[in-house]
Amino acid sequence: MADRAIHPSTPVPQRTTVTALAPDAPAAVSLPVPAAPSAIRSYLSQRGSGALADRSFGAIMLLCACSIFAIVIFIASILVLRSRLSLTQFGLKFFTGQNWDPVSGDFGALPFIFGTLATSLVALCLAVPLALGVAIFITELCPKVLRAPISFLTELLAAIPSVVYGLWAVFVLVPIVRDQLGPWLAKYLGWTGFFGGTNFGVGLLTASIILAIMILPIISSLTRDMMTAVPTSQREAVLALGATRWEMIRIGVLRNARIGIVGAVILGLGRALGETMAVAMTIGNHPVISKSLFAPGYTLASAIANEFSEATGDLYLSALIEIGLALFLVTIVVNAIARVLVWAVTRGAPARVA
Amino acid sequence: MSAQPNLPDLTPPVSSPARPPMNFGTRAMRVHFGYRKATNLLVGGLAILATVIVIAPLVAILIYLIYKGASSLNVAFFTRPPAPVGEQGGGMANSIFGSGVILTLASLMGIPVGIAAGVYLAEYGRGKLLGNAIRFTADVLNGVPSIVMGIAVYSLIVMQQKHFSAFAGGVALAIMMVPTVTRTTEEMLATVPHSIREAALGLGVPKWRTTISVALKTASPGIITGCMLAFARVAGETAPLLFTAFGNQFWSFKLNEPIGALPLQIYVYAISPYDEWHRLAWAGSLVLIVLIMVSVTLVRIFASRGVLKGGS
Amino acid sequence: MGVGILVEHLNAWYGTTHTLQDINLHIPANHATALIGPSGCGKSTFVRCLNRMHETNPIARATGTVKMGDIDIYNDASPVEIRRRVGMVFQRPNPFPTMSIYDNVVSGLKLNGFRNRKILDETVERSLKSAALWEEVKDDLKKKSGASLSGGQQQRMCIARAIAVDPEVLLMDEPASALDPVSTSKIEDLIFQLKSQYTIVIVTHNMQQAARVAENTGFFLNGKMVEFDSTHKIFTNPSDKRTEDYITGRFG
Repeated sequence: MADRAIHPSTPVPQRTTVTALAPDAPAAVSLPVPAAPSAIRSYLSQRGSGALADRSFGAIMLLCACSIFAIVIFIASILVLRSRLSLTQFGLKFFTGQNWDPVSGDFGALPFIFGTLATSLVALCLAVPLALGVAIFITELCPKVLRAPISFLTELLAAIPSVVYGLWAVFVLVPIVRDQLGPWLAKYLGWTGFFGGTNFGVGLLTASIILAIMILPIISSLTRDMMTAVPTSQREAVLALGATRWEMIRIGVLRNARIGIVGAVILGLGRALGETMAVAMTIGNHPVISKSLFAPGYTLASAIANEFSEATGDLYLSALIEIGLALFLVTIVVNAIARVLVWAVTRGAPARVA
Repeated sequence: MSAQPNLPDLTPPVSSPARPPMNFGTRAMRVHFGYRKATNLLVGGLAILATVIVIAPLVAILIYLIYKGASSLNVAFFTRPPAPVGEQGGGMANSIFGSGVILTLASLMGIPVGIAAGVYLAEYGRGKLLGNAIRFTADVLNGVPSIVMGIAVYSLIVMQQKHFSAFAGGVALAIMMVPTVTRTTEEMLATVPHSIREAALGLGVPKWRTTISVALKTASPGIITGCMLAFARVAGETAPLLFTAFGNQFWSFKLNEPIGALPLQIYVYAISPYDEWHRLAWAGSLVLIVLIMVSVTLVRIFASRGVLKGGS
Repeated sequence: MGVGILVEHLNAWYGTTHTLQDINLHIPANHATALIGPSGCGKSTFVRCLNRMHETNPIARATGTVKMGDIDIYNDASPVEIRRRVGMVFQRPNPFPTMSIYDNVVSGLKLNGFRNRKILDETVERSLKSAALWEEVKDDLKKKSGASLSGGQQQRMCIARAIAVDPEVLLMDEPASALDPVSTSKIEDLIFQLKSQYTIVIVTHNMQQAARVAENTGFFLNGKMVEFDSTHKIFTNPSDKRTEDYITGRFG
């Protein structure tokens, strides 16, 4: 090391004027205090320590941060409070009852739960392979020039409001399902029993398709994040063994990112469960449970959207709020699971705001 | 290692008769390799196909919107409230105004709280249990369906006041903005190098002043981006407004009265049986989308310019 | 004018690591004092204890007495007040990227609420002249961002920023370690001139630098101060074997 190569013999440079001050020099240093302290020094020294301002600032920030807890607690408690009537009257039967009859005051939410689960799961089946394909294409195959525009386009897909998707679905998707896709499915897959009965165009299938389109961007952008989080060395290690590109993606990338990808899918599920407007406009809004995807249905969210403002009577309103409570709790749990999985992969890097 | 001269060479010579060189030409290997290559191509093709399928609805929606919407846009759309059923003409001026009112209220309430919470997470709560808990809660809250916010605010404000109001709509949207703004603020503050905070602290600047004038100011482009993203996200929300702002066919200038909003009006018109109203729904959607896309695109431009040019 | 610093029984910890062990030292006023030692020996922690920057890290703490003139900095004043009297220059130049050169230099005043335009203008000129940067930047003081300067210029601007608040002590934590040789020599010239007005404490791993600029030198090793004496004595005739090993490169 060059800078260590000073030998005791090295002459100390000339300009260093050594004033021999021993370490044990007298403690009380006599200071030549300047006759008049400068304007700056006197200003700064009369300035307070700011400790009070510091403490109050920190407290305000903490208060605002805690307001996020407060919001969650407030939503939960107000929903419990307002749905008390229905909670006490029906208990757990509320979630197993198949009858939703406002006239006779009999409320069972099973058709809504069925509709929500059916549309969400079908939507996931449609969206996940596509989202994976897009993520693989963008991260691994896409020429650099196309990468930014394509990811921008998929993000735009996320920016389109639910009600616009609904509008488009009502006027474009519904006729397609009714006149083209439906008959085709009935002809070739009718034997499964999922595509029987009359096809009006509105129903579980249409709602699932529009849901799939809506949750695609979040799944694919999060999956992309998970895949980019896999270090390049993992890819190179697999490539060096003579793997083809797909084998590299499968072994080197997907296997490493799988927990995060599952998290992304669950996050998409959370979105699908709570999606309201587009579903309310395309699902047919009829509380029945049927095997055929052509049949109309109802989801938890769309039931609230459609019936809330016409709910007459406290029990009816309270039953609808209980549906909201159920939706709230389910999405909280689903999102919590998804976040834990996503964090497990991107730990260190802060999670992307979806 | 290979430089060690006295180590025995353990690798057999390639031409040794005991172990013939690896032969890539056997039939089985050729078939297997062909299979692998085919899978590779197939998956590549499927990925491209998936991308096309995903982009297609976007393009379809945009083209359809522009085709249907642009032909229905006229001056009256921006200047007149809706015409009564059966009459031609009319517009969505009151809804556009109403959306503006509700979004302003939401931003005034949601953005300061969100930024302050983000400041807490980045500057005070790092590594603390409370900080992690708040971060997690914010992420989870982000995923709560908007309709739930709607009925919660309905239960709190509308039920108390016994009438729908613009204010209630603003509160519902503000609650939705908070987690997004919080998380972006935190992320953006995390990109501000610690050294420049030290520079300010070292000059005797109190921590609160350092946070506002140095950390937040340096991160401000990114934080503005986050706020616009949150704004764009709630601008198109319909569900939380259904039972809070409720909608209004007429002009309303009071915060404690029901007020129209663009997404609400689009919804009402879309499910109506009248062609004239469908036409207006398309026009309204086009306006809404343009509003949102402009802000999202601005965000992209901001973001790609980089938050900290030259800062180190 | 500078003040002397008296350090008694100073101990510092990071978490459970005892980074400074019982430091006793007297730093004379209006001289430059260099602190040398291998990396991780505690010399940076030591200067950060002198303006209470050490405690900005939540897991760090310190005990002992540090007297600056007649003020006990750990008992008589708040950290903020101490830091206004003690300037600090960091290892890497850290200009405020959103501020112009002008605003960077007077940031310590403006961020503390000082608003007198005339005095601010004077201070910018005086500080930049003291930091030997005035001639290079005087034409675009308000036009250019502080971050647009070269590394060496940035560091001199940071020195100007530190002396703009008219401190009594100037702490420098390896101020030239991230700079090229030309910039380094400019910084050293600067230290040489500034020490008539301020008490300067400079941490360096470059022994020639210590020899060039400082009257007194302390040698730190493993959190302890092994030796403190006049620079001449340390480099020509150290009394401790470990000091001799270090400066002759036989260390370790």
